[in-house]
Amino acid sequence: MHPAPSVIFFTTFSGLGFGLLFFLGLGFPGVTGWTAFAFFAIAYLMAVGGLMASTFHLGRPERAIKAFTQWRSSWLSREAWCAVGALVLMGLYGLGLVFFDARWTVLGLLGALFSMATVFTTSMIYTQLKTIPRWNMKLTPVKFLSLSLAGGALLAGQVSIALVLLVIAGLVQLYTWVEGDKALNASGTNMATATGLGNIGHVRAFEPPHTGTNYLLKEFVHVIGRKHSQKLRVIALGLMTIAPIILLALPFSHVLGVLAILSHIAGVLTARWLFFAEAEHVVGLYYGKR
Amino acid sequence: MTTLPAKTDKKLGLVIDLDTCVGCHACVISCKGWNTENYGAPLSDQNAYGADNSGTFLNRVHSYEVQPPGDAAAQLIHFPKSCLHCEDAPCVTVCPTGASYKRVEDGIVLVNESNCIGCGLCAWACPYGARELDQAEGVMKKCTLCVDRIYNENLPEEDRQPACVRTCPAGARHFGDLGDENSDVSKLVAERGGMDLMPEQGTKPVNKYLPPRPKDEMPEFDVLAPFLEPVAEEPKGFLGWLDKTLEKL
Repeated sequence: MHPAPSVIFFTTFSGLGFGLLFFLGLGFPGVTGWTAFAFFAIAYLMAVGGLMASTFHLGRPERAIKAFTQWRSSWLSREAWCAVGALVLMGLYGLGLVFFDARWTVLGLLGALFSMATVFTTSMIYTQLKTIPRWNMKLTPVKFLSLSLAGGALLAGQVSIALVLLVIAGLVQLYTWVEGDKALNASGTNMATATGLGNIGHVRAFEPPHTGTNYLLKEFVHVIGRKHSQKLRVIALGLMTIAPIILLALPFSHVLGVLAILSHIAGVLTARWLFFAEAEHVVGLYYGKR
Repeated sequence: MTTLPAKTDKKLGLVIDLDTCVGCHACVISCKGWNTENYGAPLSDQNAYGADNSGTFLNRVHSYEVQPPGDAAAQLIHFPKSCLHCEDAPCVTVCPTGASYKRVEDGIVLVNESNCIGCGLCAWACPYGARELDQAEGVMKKCTLCVDRIYNENLPEEDRQPACVRTCPAGARHFGDLGDENSDVSKLVAERGGMDLMPEQGTKPVNKYLPPRPKDEMPEFDVLAPFLEPVAEEPKGFLGWLDKTLEKL
């Protein structure tokens, strides 16, 4: 899959933003007034910034409002509803904390629920696609949720919880890579089933339908990025989990905390780039590529 | 709109004969021509006369070389590919706006372009590469089964079929109701063992492909041939000497 910057930014930052909103909704940290304002501002910048970035990959962004209509069948539509629900609920909850020094607990809990529902629906957009076997597994939502929670705990300054969640997220990511590498072969889709010619003999792509490139090859057949995938996996895991864990284990200071967050974000961005760049869409088989 | 109908009255679709297709790409061109001038946004080209040209097409012809086991000669098979108008079309259910839909009356999968936000998710969900996002218009384009020809009473009756079928000089493309087991196309599928592409994806395609017929074996040229004196394989005389001498060098 083509690793579009807009979608990488969207999934990374909305995951972090809604992760932070989840912890704020639960009352960790239990801040009020201007401190609460600062936390909410960071969460909204990330969550809303991410959602805005996602509209950049639309061919017709001016019609984006129509995406709210098909919540009965479409995960993308459900994501839109959950995101708006979470932002409105947490906005009201934040209003109470910042300006009235009041904690409307039920509102916070509901907001936290909707925040995680948003991350879950985002992950289901990818998980539902049978055409991309690497994404089409139960581990995909587990990975998105565990990363969002780990990042949220880190941003919320919940050091002891963050340490545990970072380890979990790292292990889930590692397991996803191991399972993902087997997914295309296990799916049973190959050039023989794609062309239906497998029972005659070995199928080889002889001539593509077009001499130049096209939308399908640009969007779905991105093979360049896989060259360094093993190195990038090590870098992603190091920045995303190992470095923040070491920084948090050291005697606490705000500088180290900020470094841990920046390292984590860089790691998630790298892992998310790989999530797209490594994903093999079965349409590539028609071109003899994977 | 984005839920699929439980049942459609007809299952209009194509039957493509891989034994007959000569790979001339006439269907590709007639499709581009008709669908640029008619239903919906035109199929644009980018940098059409430059070095890095690309464009939107709803039908594309691949060519495959298939090597049977053993010494048999390889076969070259031309393989036209367009929307298969699947019964369980994954492209329809993922659509967030309801722009993608499957018609109850004839099973054609269409895009209402004025509702399409160009998110591309339907193209991601299609295993066949049947949908292409038009780079000029920003909306998703796909085969309409020439919905503006097949019911068009302004056209002579023989033209009321998809442009690709009408133009195919080899007669490799057939159009009809695959839901009616007595239709010509259904009979053809039954007779020739029509197949689905990527059946494991669970899309239940309506379009069927007729596999290439088995190739004939080369017959023995003459019944007496095995009894004829074999041609000398070892050279003799001067050529034999030359052969041995060159071997030694």
